[in-house]
Amino acid sequence: MAPFIIRRLFISFFVLLGATFIVYVLVASAGDPRNALLESTDPGKANKIAAMTRNLSLDVPIIPRYFAWLGGALGCLIGKCDLGNTASGAPVSGGLAVAMGSTLRLVVFALVIAIVVGVSIGMITALRQYSGLDYSVTFLAFLFFSLPVFWIAVLMKQFLAIKFNDWLKAPSIPPWVIVVTAVVAGLIAAGVVGGDRRRRLAAFGGASVAVALLMIYFAVTDWFAEPRIGPVAMIAMSAITAVAATALFAGFRSRIVLYATLVTAVVGVICYFALDSILADPTTLLVVGLLVLALIVGAGIGAAMGGLYRSQAVKACMLTAFGCGGLIFASQLLAALPAYSAKVNGVVVATIGATTPNFSGNFWETTLDQLGHLLLPTIAIVLISIAAYTRYTRSSMLEVMNADYIRTARAKGLTERTVVVRHGFRNALIPITTIVALDVGGLIGGAIITETVFGWSGMGKYFNDALKIPDPNAVMGFFLVTGTAIVLFNMIADITYGFLDPRIRLS
Amino acid sequence: MSTEEKAAAAASAANGNGNGNGNGTAAQGLSIVARTQGQLVRRRFFRHRGAMISLTILVLVILLAYTSIGFAGIPGWWIWNYYTPGKVVNRGAPTLSLWPTFLGGDGFAIGEHPFGQDDLGRDYFALTMRGAQISILIAFVVGIVGTLIGVIIGALAGYYRGWVESGLMRFTDVMITIPILVIAAVLGQKFGGAGPLVLAIVIGLVLWTGLARLIRGEFLSLREKEFVEAARALGAKPTRIIFRHILPNTVGVITVAATLLIANAILLETALSFLGFGVRAPDTSLGLLVSTYQNAFATRPWLFWWPGLFIITIALTVNFIGDGLRDAFDPRQNRVRA
Repeated sequence: MAPFIIRRLFISFFVLLGATFIVYVLVASAGDPRNALLESTDPGKANKIAAMTRNLSLDVPIIPRYFAWLGGALGCLIGKCDLGNTASGAPVSGGLAVAMGSTLRLVVFALVIAIVVGVSIGMITALRQYSGLDYSVTFLAFLFFSLPVFWIAVLMKQFLAIKFNDWLKAPSIPPWVIVVTAVVAGLIAAGVVGGDRRRRLAAFGGASVAVALLMIYFAVTDWFAEPRIGPVAMIAMSAITAVAATALFAGFRSRIVLYATLVTAVVGVICYFALDSILADPTTLLVVGLLVLALIVGAGIGAAMGGLYRSQAVKACMLTAFGCGGLIFASQLLAALPAYSAKVNGVVVATIGATTPNFSGNFWETTLDQLGHLLLPTIAIVLISIAAYTRYTRSSMLEVMNADYIRTARAKGLTERTVVVRHGFRNALIPITTIVALDVGGLIGGAIITETVFGWSGMGKYFNDALKIPDPNAVMGFFLVTGTAIVLFNMIADITYGFLDPRIRLS
Repeated sequence: MSTEEKAAAAASAANGNGNGNGNGTAAQGLSIVARTQGQLVRRRFFRHRGAMISLTILVLVILLAYTSIGFAGIPGWWIWNYYTPGKVVNRGAPTLSLWPTFLGGDGFAIGEHPFGQDDLGRDYFALTMRGAQISILIAFVVGIVGTLIGVIIGALAGYYRGWVESGLMRFTDVMITIPILVIAAVLGQKFGGAGPLVLAIVIGLVLWTGLARLIRGEFLSLREKEFVEAARALGAKPTRIIFRHILPNTVGVITVAATLLIANAILLETALSFLGFGVRAPDTSLGLLVSTYQNAFATRPWLFWWPGLFIITIALTVNFIGDGLRDAFDPRQNRVRA
């Protein structure tokens, strides 16, 4: 493996070098950054032009200028980064670091959601191929493929932010919304469950009645005016998490795993009551520490109770612990919502920027503020990338489920769950890993439009602003980061593929 | 004896040889029709309902865009043009009405300005049509240019192997490293002022990488096939083998990839124009229209809805056609999808 990696690194380095040259020459010849100043009537414009010429070394021809830039950039390899100055004289590396942090916060969050949701939907549609659900999801995937981000962004600003905030001031749920939501939920449930008509009808009825009852409860108790996760809801949702985790990792034949996850859920519910005082105004470190602790406790319970099914029990209990932790976190967040809403005059879902300017509050309020700002751009990114993940997972899963070893697994009498999860899904994930790796590389620089629309001052906006000038040093700073990310993740994709699939490694 | 009967007889003969007791049952009961590969593909495509509906809609949209306000000096049938300002009537609200009277609407009426007017009083239907013309033009030119370059580079790299391949593929790697939106924006900044056609060719010059890799892969496997060896043994020159023997076998891959390239190009052009690196005023494109009027959404939403709907319609139909083509060219696909 080592020679392969070294060879890849070597080639990637030169590929990146070639790309920097092309981008530099193109940007530098795209226009003269001093044009805007030349046309201005500013009395001190001669000085400003001189300063800009100095900052960008505009008196040097393009090719030598590129090599001067390259010399500074290569310093990054030995820890002395010099990416030059922007047109206004600030060093590129400083502004870039800030923009990168902002973008990563946006992209990582969105990517995790997109992968989890996209892969699950893709898997379900593959298992229910040519059903109504499959066709609807296919159509929606194509629709999302064809949506311009900026267009859907404007719609979201109007309906998910402005209208939603107005609605939240006096929340009321009209009956027709309850009916439509219940029917849609029932249709989805029927599609997911599949099987014969009776089974589908039962799923439809169960899901729609449950959703209708839940929404009537929300409407009657005016839940949205003062949202919270009460003790009853907490107990019910923890139990559901435990059952779902068991179903995913072990199935119900091995009762012992179910008992282990249920014990984990009970511990979670106890924590829900016990941790109130500690979580009044915690630090980020404390919250992360508690999450790690929860995972350790979950793993411990799984290991202690798992018996023969230890490894499955550990995984299922850790997932349950994570879910319970998330529920406790969400309940605290929801409890802080009314206070936060009053502080920001009801603008809970923000349309622009990364935080409310000059906002101060306790941990929960600042978290809510960040989440409120993350919501719309995250949905925009998720909608677009989810379509691709769904399609890839579906085709990959279909390919795997038609393979001979799946027939073998069925023939030797394994349960459908084991066949799908252990034999099918794990193999279907191999090509998806590569696609995810490539996507991560691309997304870091690819959120240009989303960032522009939502006034998010990350890498995309940095690039956009720099190119308008055009400022070669700043654009190159952006490209160096995104290009390196793409090359790096391309490599990671190749290596993980070889690592996950022995057939590739051995040949 | 007609071709079909011949084929049926041949099929039954083959059948008889195969299982030993066949005596022409196929020739009596079932009629087996011999079809060429092209006929099979066409059949599968024409039976793909989503693709056929999409194709019809796309053709209608293209016809509407190019005949309504005319193109390249040829006048169209629509009374307004997209550049003359006029008097703003009723805040420029659309006069199009599709709500029938018996449901309490105004009945079907097109009115003076069906899509409304912009803030200068220009007819918004004409503007949207102009935007659609430019966006479609750019998308198709990008598709053609990108496909040509991708096919040539992929074919050369796949056929010749050796240093030609490594050189071309490393160059492809270099181009892939640069995010498409980045290089397109840089080129748009440089060439966007020179008109949509130049912009389209320039975008096409950077959008060929995926296709080149695909074609190279196809060539790598096809060049080892027996029919290529036979052609080589007969003394055929490389250009003849590439263009007459291998390339026709990759038509499926190329068609599908080119269609998806066009869908990508539509979205890329609108994104570029939205960022201000694409088509420039006074000309217009769908992306530029959305960009210009995105803040008018709360007050005059029609300025935002129409161009967006046209972008989605064009991109969605092209994507569906690509999907239908992929299914049609897939040899594993025996079942005709409803």
